Amino acid sequence: MRPSNPWLNVALWVILSFTTLFPIYWLFVISVKPAVDLFTTPSVILDTVYWRNYVEVFHDPTLRRYMTNSLIVSTGNAVLCSVLAFMACYALSRYDIGGKENIFFWTITNRMAPAAVFLLPFFLLFTKVFVIGDFKLYDTRIGLILLYSTFNLPFAIWTLRPTIDGIPRELDEAATVDGASTWQTIREVIWPLAKPGLAVTFILIWVFAWNEFLLAATLTSFNARTITTGLSEYVTTTGTEWGKMAAISIFTLIPALIIFSMVQRHIVAGLTFGAVKE
Amino acid sequence: MRSNKVGWLLLTPTLLLLGVFGILPFIYVLFLSFHQWNPFGASPDRIFIWGNNFRRLVFDGEFLLSIWVTLKFAFFAVFSEIVIGYLLAQLFMREFPGRAVFRTIHTLPLIVAPIVVGSVWRLMTTPSIGIIPYYANQLFGIDINIGRDAGTAFMFTVIMDIWHWTPLVTLTLLAALLSLPKEPFEQAQIDGASRAQIFWHITLPMIRPAILATVFIRLMDALRTVDEVWMLTGGGPGAATRYIGLHIWKVVFPKTDYGYGSAISVIVLYLTLVMCWMLYVGLVAPRNKGN
Repeated sequence: MRPSNPWLNVALWVILSFTTLFPIYWLFVISVKPAVDLFTTPSVILDTVYWRNYVEVFHDPTLRRYMTNSLIVSTGNAVLCSVLAFMACYALSRYDIGGKENIFFWTITNRMAPAAVFLLPFFLLFTKVFVIGDFKLYDTRIGLILLYSTFNLPFAIWTLRPTIDGIPRELDEAATVDGASTWQTIREVIWPLAKPGLAVTFILIWVFAWNEFLLAATLTSFNARTITTGLSEYVTTTGTEWGKMAAISIFTLIPALIIFSMVQRHIVAGLTFGAVKE
Repeated sequence: MRSNKVGWLLLTPTLLLLGVFGILPFIYVLFLSFHQWNPFGASPDRIFIWGNNFRRLVFDGEFLLSIWVTLKFAFFAVFSEIVIGYLLAQLFMREFPGRAVFRTIHTLPLIVAPIVVGSVWRLMTTPSIGIIPYYANQLFGIDINIGRDAGTAFMFTVIMDIWHWTPLVTLTLLAALLSLPKEPFEQAQIDGASRAQIFWHITLPMIRPAILATVFIRLMDALRTVDEVWMLTGGGPGAATRYIGLHIWKVVFPKTDYGYGSAISVIVLYLTLVMCWMLYVGLVAPRNKGN
């Protein structure tokens, strides 16, 4: 490449970063303004910070419930998917299972399907078919956890497979020679070595589940609503409470941001199904 | 190889879960699509009506319109993202101070929940609150109202998608550019090739597989965009930004016309899978054979 002035690049990136960050900054600005100030001349600079929106959102029992639900559902889903994917990948990697590549490929087609297509069948199954006595999967956290697995478990298998394949078979064999059972081999040899890969998978799935909106909005009504659906409820009241809407958005954003800082390098590999490695 | 029983045992929970929550809904929706069933309609019983739902679908103007706007949206969004993403990836190829920091900032939108992306852009564009309409009016005298003007609403859904997903394109193409060998470029420079020539004859052919893979991934995602658009425009004004997922969610679903809704779901699933398969076979797979 032609040598160019590096500071020109820096200047360009400052502008680009501004474009990236400004919308999020603006979200913050709206969230710390009293409602009366919103309709005056929009000002970019914050002179006074008004925390009432956050205090109110935080003390709203409904929103607290939503946030708890989100935490439980995301964590539950991430645990379930990671454990099942770990088992499945180990089986696919170490055993001579007939048609295993087909099984592997089939799992990913599950994820290619648009979620909107599954709204109707899931709604009907959850309200009319998967019913045991008074118990329905509709509007339960366990329902959401199982439902998200349809989309996240294939992803977990897809991203975890290279990790498990990368652990040398000789280690298994050595363990077997030393008299370890399959369960011991998995627990003492494979699991510790797969941990870094597992952690990344776990975290990405956690974020996917946390960010999910469409299915949660349709398949919950009261008990199991998540924070993303809570956010949407502030829109249907035609935005009389912009400040609160912004504050909830910030609340929704924070956990994902923390996680982002942890696995920043793996995000692209994650979002492209490992097609691109950095 | 040890006994396969254990292998199947380890695989069973996964297969069971995906069977019940992946295949069963699919079979169920396929089954329903051949029925007339509206529990709250004139005849609440489920009646088998052969392919009537599908016949109705072909003449459903709303449905066809939503497919059309979805394709338009996906085309404009993905095309812009590829072009902008490539240019930004090229910028990242150079050495400059603070590159890692800028890269981190650039990656940020990727993890923002789609619903939050929608709310961010709604706050940016809503007249009298948003900063974009205000300055567009102050500086250029343009009135921007995404609630009234279909073209503007469409444009902002595309801009929002560009803001959200260009970083993915940048990073995938950057990874591809970084993996290229240096010799052909040096040789071309020695031979006196122009920058345009280098781009068309060396860079583009070499990163073509990466570009196609990225197009594939982005297109699949763009076609099922729901959350952020719902938050930004609610599908409006009119049906201007009512993309297919939104159409199913907001128009088909609330009507409780389960048979017809199932038929739409089946067709959308079918179209997506066919398109996905065609793109995969036509664009992504050939490169794997080559190498």
